[in-house]
Amino acid sequence: MLVSIKWLKDYVNTQDLPPAELGEKITRAGIEVDAVIDRSQGLSNIVVGYVESCEKHPEADKLSICQVNVGEETAQIICGAPNIAAGQNVIVARPGARLPGGMKIKKAKLRGEESNGMICSLQELGIEGKLVPKAYAEGIYVLPENAEVGSDVITNFDLDDTVLELGLTPNRADAMSMLGVAYEVGAILEEEVKLPEITYKEAEDKASSMLTLNIDSPEANPLYVAKVVRGIEVKESPMWLQQRLMAAGVRPHNNVVDVTNYVLMEYGQPLHAFDYDLLETGNITVRHAKADELITTLDGNERKLSLNNLVITNGEKPVALAGVMGGANSEVSKNTTTIVIESAYFESGSIRQTSKEHNLRSDASSRYEKGVDPNRVIPAAERAAQLLSELAGGEVLAGSVIFDQLQREEKIVNVSPDFINSRLGMKIRLDDMLDILNRLQFKTEAMNNQLMISVPTRRQDIQIEEDIVEEIARLYGYDEIPSTLPETATSPGGLSPYQQKRRIVRNYMEGAGLLQATTYSLTSEKSATQFAMKQTELTRLLMPMSEERSTLRQSLLPHLLESVSYNTARRIDSVALYETGSVFLKGQDELLNEEEHLAIAVTGLWLDNSWQGEKKAVDFFVVKGIVEGLAAKLDVELEFERGELDGLHPGRTAFITLDGRRIGVIGQLHPNEQKARDLKTTIVMELSLVELFKDQTEALVYTQVPRYPSITRDVALVLSKIVEAGTIEKLIRSAGGKLLKDVRVFDLYEGDNLEAGKKSVAFSLTYFDPEKTLTDEEVTAVHEKVVAALIESGAELRS
Amino acid sequence: MEAQLNELKTQALDKIAAASNVKELNAVRVAYLGKKGPITDLLKGMGKLPAEERPKMGALVNVVREEVTVRLEERMAILEEQAINEKLQSETIDITLPGRPVKSGNAHPLTRVIEEIEDLFISMGYEIEEGPEVEKDYYNFEALNLPKGHPARDMQDSFYISEDILLRTHTSPVQARTMEAKGGEPIKIICPGKVYRRDNDDATHSHQFTQIEGLVIGEDIRMSDLKGTLSVFAKKMFGEDREIRLRPSFFPFTEPSVEMDISCFKCGGEGCNVCKKTGWIEILGAGMVHPNVLEMAGYDSKRLTGFAFGMGPERIAMLKYGIEDIRHFYTNDVRFLSQFQRTEV
Ligand SMILES: [Zn+2]
Repeated sequence: MLVSIKWLKDYVNTQDLPPAELGEKITRAGIEVDAVIDRSQGLSNIVVGYVESCEKHPEADKLSICQVNVGEETAQIICGAPNIAAGQNVIVARPGARLPGGMKIKKAKLRGEESNGMICSLQELGIEGKLVPKAYAEGIYVLPENAEVGSDVITNFDLDDTVLELGLTPNRADAMSMLGVAYEVGAILEEEVKLPEITYKEAEDKASSMLTLNIDSPEANPLYVAKVVRGIEVKESPMWLQQRLMAAGVRPHNNVVDVTNYVLMEYGQPLHAFDYDLLETGNITVRHAKADELITTLDGNERKLSLNNLVITNGEKPVALAGVMGGANSEVSKNTTTIVIESAYFESGSIRQTSKEHNLRSDASSRYEKGVDPNRVIPAAERAAQLLSELAGGEVLAGSVIFDQLQREEKIVNVSPDFINSRLGMKIRLDDMLDILNRLQFKTEAMNNQLMISVPTRRQDIQIEEDIVEEIARLYGYDEIPSTLPETATSPGGLSPYQQKRRIVRNYMEGAGLLQATTYSLTSEKSATQFAMKQTELTRLLMPMSEERSTLRQSLLPHLLESVSYNTARRIDSVALYETGSVFLKGQDELLNEEEHLAIAVTGLWLDNSWQGEKKAVDFFVVKGIVEGLAAKLDVELEFERGELDGLHPGRTAFITLDGRRIGVIGQLHPNEQKARDLKTTIVMELSLVELFKDQTEALVYTQVPRYPSITRDVALVLSKIVEAGTIEKLIRSAGGKLLKDVRVFDLYEGDNLEAGKKSVAFSLTYFDPEKTLTDEEVTAVHEKVVAALIESGAELRS
Repeated sequence: MEAQLNELKTQALDKIAAASNVKELNAVRVAYLGKKGPITDLLKGMGKLPAEERPKMGALVNVVREEVTVRLEERMAILEEQAINEKLQSETIDITLPGRPVKSGNAHPLTRVIEEIEDLFISMGYEIEEGPEVEKDYYNFEALNLPKGHPARDMQDSFYISEDILLRTHTSPVQARTMEAKGGEPIKIICPGKVYRRDNDDATHSHQFTQIEGLVIGEDIRMSDLKGTLSVFAKKMFGEDREIRLRPSFFPFTEPSVEMDISCFKCGGEGCNVCKKTGWIEILGAGMVHPNVLEMAGYDSKRLTGFAFGMGPERIAMLKYGIEDIRHFYTNDVRFLSQFQRTEV
């Protein structure tokens, strides 16, 4: 909502506050002033000029040499506008004048001819092109014939004005009108509000003699007022009206349309003007549209209607989409002489539905959607009639054609001063409360420690006691509220075990050298299930904004890998990222099964200390080591079992299991996948945190530090390549019994010195007895048992 | 013989002085003091002397041997130290070469902001509540006083999955769920999480972003409690000398509703580009929980009251760290992420 301060002063005394100060007061009281716009923008030395003569420039086709009377002299000015002509009153920027953007007008020569100033368009005065009347959009603006030559354009035509741009919240529909803003400013500044005085002469003939009215949908249209004005002349509006509309962000058209828009801005009540003759039937019938009925709206679009749409008809065919936009078939034009002014109350839900269905929002529909003041429907119609009789020479027929079933009593809210103070934590005196309610023009009766408040119908947002609390607080001033802390029983607060574990994971991952990434949950259908261990049916949005963001992910990896590619494409060759976030799986419930996952993606070098010759590229075991470390931290026994998953290297993939349940996967990207993503060797891991965190970690009890030394024996084996170290390790452990404390692989050799298909693996076995120092003989006895078991299993001892 | 002894002593002392390293000096030791050395020879030759001269000569030889030995030890100490020094010299490294890097990652800046806020409120006795990102229309809107057809629903265009299921547009449904679960008992919670709105991604909009909300319900919770709580938050997050101000606003789930501004942390209130010349920066929305919201969750709104507040970690991070484009949070450029390594204490 754009509020011209000059216009506002018609209704309320703004105490000549500087605009910024007025804006600040309005903001602090609850309606945010987004911008304070100075319409004059430092303009100076701009006057009305009369074009005495206008001839083609001998050297330039598109230029005219004009002799312009600017009051104190007649100046020669060269003008390039196509619509310049002798006999016009025009806007002249004199030498020394300033225009928006700091441009300064100087005497100049244009193609050899002297030019003493500039004839201006409205755009050159800083008015947005879309607000300039169409007739002058491509050239200079022509002032009315009665403009006083030589007078100051800025003051005479109200450009010395400031506009406040209000950012309105949906509840303050009341401030979508100049009168509404006037009430607000009046309450803030403690000033009275002056309503427009409406007087005009009526014709003897009654409106009802020319127009009949039928309302078929009273629930959607409980009040309809029509006035008939005849003998009008459709022409340009006077300057003051055009300027006010432009200040309000509305483009002037002609006096009839301008009056309806003016009253819309003034009262917040949408009006529509029909050409009476084009209605053809002298009848207005409001009904719901028939299926597939057609109407061409004023914006030139033909629209197919549905049963939900309320339409204004001439008894036969639609002539307007009620409350949203008029029809082209009854549009006011230059030839119009008689008009019907419609002022109606349409139920907000109906308008919202139509507006949404046709993707069509207008100044009218946006006000109806939020609810207009039922008590302004009739005054707005009268106000339009008055202005049309004044500005269009019209003769207003007596009375109105009216249908009225609208309830419009004032809402009564009862609230006690104690309630108000206890909600705010303040001690506002009753007198101060009554004063504020009085400033708001809420009629209030105080008795028995209770306020009975009648809320004007313009404030439909005020419904309950708490709304009154807010009205009192905002006008009393939020700065006056003290700062206290809740006096609730103090509880310790804190993180749940799950949340604590999540932070442990985060700290561990970062300590391990991974950066935390955050990616989008929405992805394409194609990548939604890629790398997902548990694939379910896809979950698509009903109305996605793009295919790329149409479906909920079932794995974190596709987007995490995109982030890796983003970095490698920027020549960051080593990337180590992790993410925790939800994946979305279809479950039994209508809600999804949201499962929080942890994912890792690494590429490039893991260790890089080049000058010391230390370089280590990422591989499967780097990531496996991170997972093993995490398992140790969380005290869970994870196992790794060979597996395959689409997109991963079939020989370098393992499922991570916990208590026999698969909870994750770790693997190297398949070479094809790496190529498609333009990546070098990349290792990924994803597991379910929900599963990982399922069991409560056992209490930590220390085990005694060993008092006796342990003894280490090594064994090097030659194995078939397909035999896994893990299998051998299990075998060693079971043969080693309870004296065997630890088994570690310390060497792996696959090369020329071995038979084809063989590999050599060396294990280091640690023996330990907590009760005593082991003797060599005792260890040898156990170790020989282990070796015997290994040989029996088919392993050869490496010599 | 005495002259011979003195000659020997002079020779030995000269050689000791001339020895330039431990090895040479050891050779001198062997040459003069060893079993086959001249001093031993002299002692062996004493048998030929008259008996009365022997004690005198013996003493003399011992004096010489003593002196040579002492001088040799002295020289040895010097040469040994010299040898160590040479070795150390040769072992000198270029300490300006870089150290072996310790691999270390760090939290995402949004996590950093969210955890800082969580920890602040935990210290004031709040618990952290979380909820589903795919939510029922009921919890996302209706339970928050936003019935179907409510004009404020336009404020947040949503991603629906079906008529009744959508990606939550704010973390407020967690409040609604918590209230319902607590069955009328007092509440003190913080709810962080991801939310989604139908916005085109650009420098200031993101279809996915985060929110963190707070809710306190109890007996006699007042607007002044909200103001005091927010003041503690503002000072902790943005500096001890921050002032706050409340401006009336509108949210369907609170009444009265306010927006909180803090005095600009860059210019201190004089006006700059961060605060758009106003001296104030808008940080969050808040209000007293609307009685309809309390009643819908089974609370007696006459007996218990509450306040709620909500803010965007993206906005806070952008303000705090001077980040100009919200898309940085979701691009995961390593050059962006790794800037949040260091602490600010
Ligand atoms: Zn500032």
